[in-house]
Amino acid sequence: MAIKHSRLDRLLLILNGIFLTLAVLVVVIPLLYVVVASLMDPSALLSRGLSFKLSDWSLEGYKKILSNPAMIRGFGNAVFYAVSFSVLTVVVSVCAGYSLSDNRLKGKGLFMTLFIITMFFSGGLIPTYLLVKNLGLLNTVWAVIIPGAVNVWNIILSRTFFKGVPLELKEAANVDGASEMRIFMQVVLPLSKPIVFVLALYAFVGQWNSYFDAMIYLDNPTLHPLQLVLRSILIQNQVDPGMISDQLAAAELKRLSEIIKYAAIVVSSLPLIIMYPFFQKYFEKGVMVGSLK
Amino acid sequence: MEAKQAQAAAKSGNATLDYWRKHYFLYILIAPALILTLVFKYGPMYGAVIAFKDFSPIKGIMGSDWVGLYNFEKFLSSPNFDVIFMNTLKLSFFGLILGFPIPILLALMLNQIRHTGAKKNIQLFLYAPNFISVVVVVGMLFIFLSPTGPINHLITLITGEPVMFMSRPEYFRGIYILSDIWTGAGWASIIYVAALANVDPELHHAANLDGANLLQRIRHIDLPTIRPIMAIVFILAAGGIMSIGFEKAYLMQTAMNLPTSEIIPTYVYKIGLQSGDYAYSAAVGLFNSVINVLLLITVNFIVKRLNEGDGLY
Repeated sequence: MAIKHSRLDRLLLILNGIFLTLAVLVVVIPLLYVVVASLMDPSALLSRGLSFKLSDWSLEGYKKILSNPAMIRGFGNAVFYAVSFSVLTVVVSVCAGYSLSDNRLKGKGLFMTLFIITMFFSGGLIPTYLLVKNLGLLNTVWAVIIPGAVNVWNIILSRTFFKGVPLELKEAANVDGASEMRIFMQVVLPLSKPIVFVLALYAFVGQWNSYFDAMIYLDNPTLHPLQLVLRSILIQNQVDPGMISDQLAAAELKRLSEIIKYAAIVVSSLPLIIMYPFFQKYFEKGVMVGSLK
Repeated sequence: MEAKQAQAAAKSGNATLDYWRKHYFLYILIAPALILTLVFKYGPMYGAVIAFKDFSPIKGIMGSDWVGLYNFEKFLSSPNFDVIFMNTLKLSFFGLILGFPIPILLALMLNQIRHTGAKKNIQLFLYAPNFISVVVVVGMLFIFLSPTGPINHLITLITGEPVMFMSRPEYFRGIYILSDIWTGAGWASIIYVAALANVDPELHHAANLDGANLLQRIRHIDLPTIRPIMAIVFILAAGGIMSIGFEKAYLMQTAMNLPTSEIIPTYVYKIGLQSGDYAYSAAVGLFNSVINVLLLITVNFIVKRLNEGDGLY
């Protein structure tokens, strides 16, 4: 049985299609512009703007950006921060979430309250900074990885997940006299792949895209993640002179800076752009579980 | 009698011991999260007393002298206060007013696309900007809106004059909010889309048979379905109005647009970490958090009243 549409309804549905197409174009055009511009010959881009002629294209921007040591190091650092942060966050939240989902944990209410309060109150930027400083974490990789590793949403998310896990298996293991540790390792963990995956994806993306903690905690440029390197290139306009041969520095810099920016955007966004279509449904899952609380 | 009591005590002692022997592992599991929370969330809350002190690095936070509300008074009476406070409020408020309805509209519209493949593809594109980093988004803004960028290229063709988007204070808010919508509106529509997908199609069929047109069905079936979610999203957004993110505003700041782009979080960062006035800066931050919590409670109360009990708590 199909819904019968009046003439007005049909007109509205056509308008609906047009609006959504426009919305998609608004999202896609800027991104496409960046990708095409990054592939252009710098002089052609400056003189003629975007063009789809292959003769106007070159990989010069990519060559420059990929020969920039700061960029490469930033990329490596970002991978390190994102991976280690994800591992830590997932371990902490899955363990806590499982523990909180078990009714035999005494003081559950108190623990939950302790966690939830931190959603609404925080000490603020300065006290947090001073704490990290006093703990001697300033200018170490730990400053980026540890303070943000515990996250109430993740704990609630995994608690909700474990509450939905069928209890029969656990009960059976319990009757067999298996210890809590064995139940967790052998029964619960193998079942928790979906939640581990969702949490890890979120943590990875969040850490990959963030610059703030690194900016305030890390002075040493060799520790900087990709986003801080990008910031100096894209926003502070410091296209590294190392990328440009010394002699023609100024003129060359002017000619190349734009193309280098475009290429830098593409290179830095590539891992997530490639990941995204495959993992879209997991990301959506994360939003949904979170909204159920 | 005494022996019995002793026995009972021993028994209960055994039970406790037994409980711990069996279930100690649950506490080991929760320990890392608890310790990290106590150190990195509660530690700074305790450290926030610095806002009430005349901080001296030699004496440390706890050893410094109390100055009561001096730092707060200093902020409230400073000539910057009005401007920064209003900038923060306006940026968030307009952001909420414009940013709240758009995901709902998108979801209602997506819900009308019956072709599943087409719907999935549209969603794939609309969600994508959520995964672009704030540095890249602001970097793109600077490139696209620069006096020689593509947008100004078009503008100069028409008016002959480029517009200085990033250095004129009057454009800051518009650019900030529109680019926020560009980045986040698609992603924010997900929960509404999912809720709408759960509506029983029979409802729509029945309404259709009764002669309800498209708009009437949206109004009487779709909107009531997502109303509880709208309430929660609105409360959280409105309650967070003063906790607007530092990251994007800071990146978008230029020396020229500061009259509108300086907000409390960027101000806290500058006076605190760049100029080293920790106590004063912490006071400003604390002032902000307190307003935030008050807002959350107030908005929750109002929405609950208007919404027949569908509040956050």
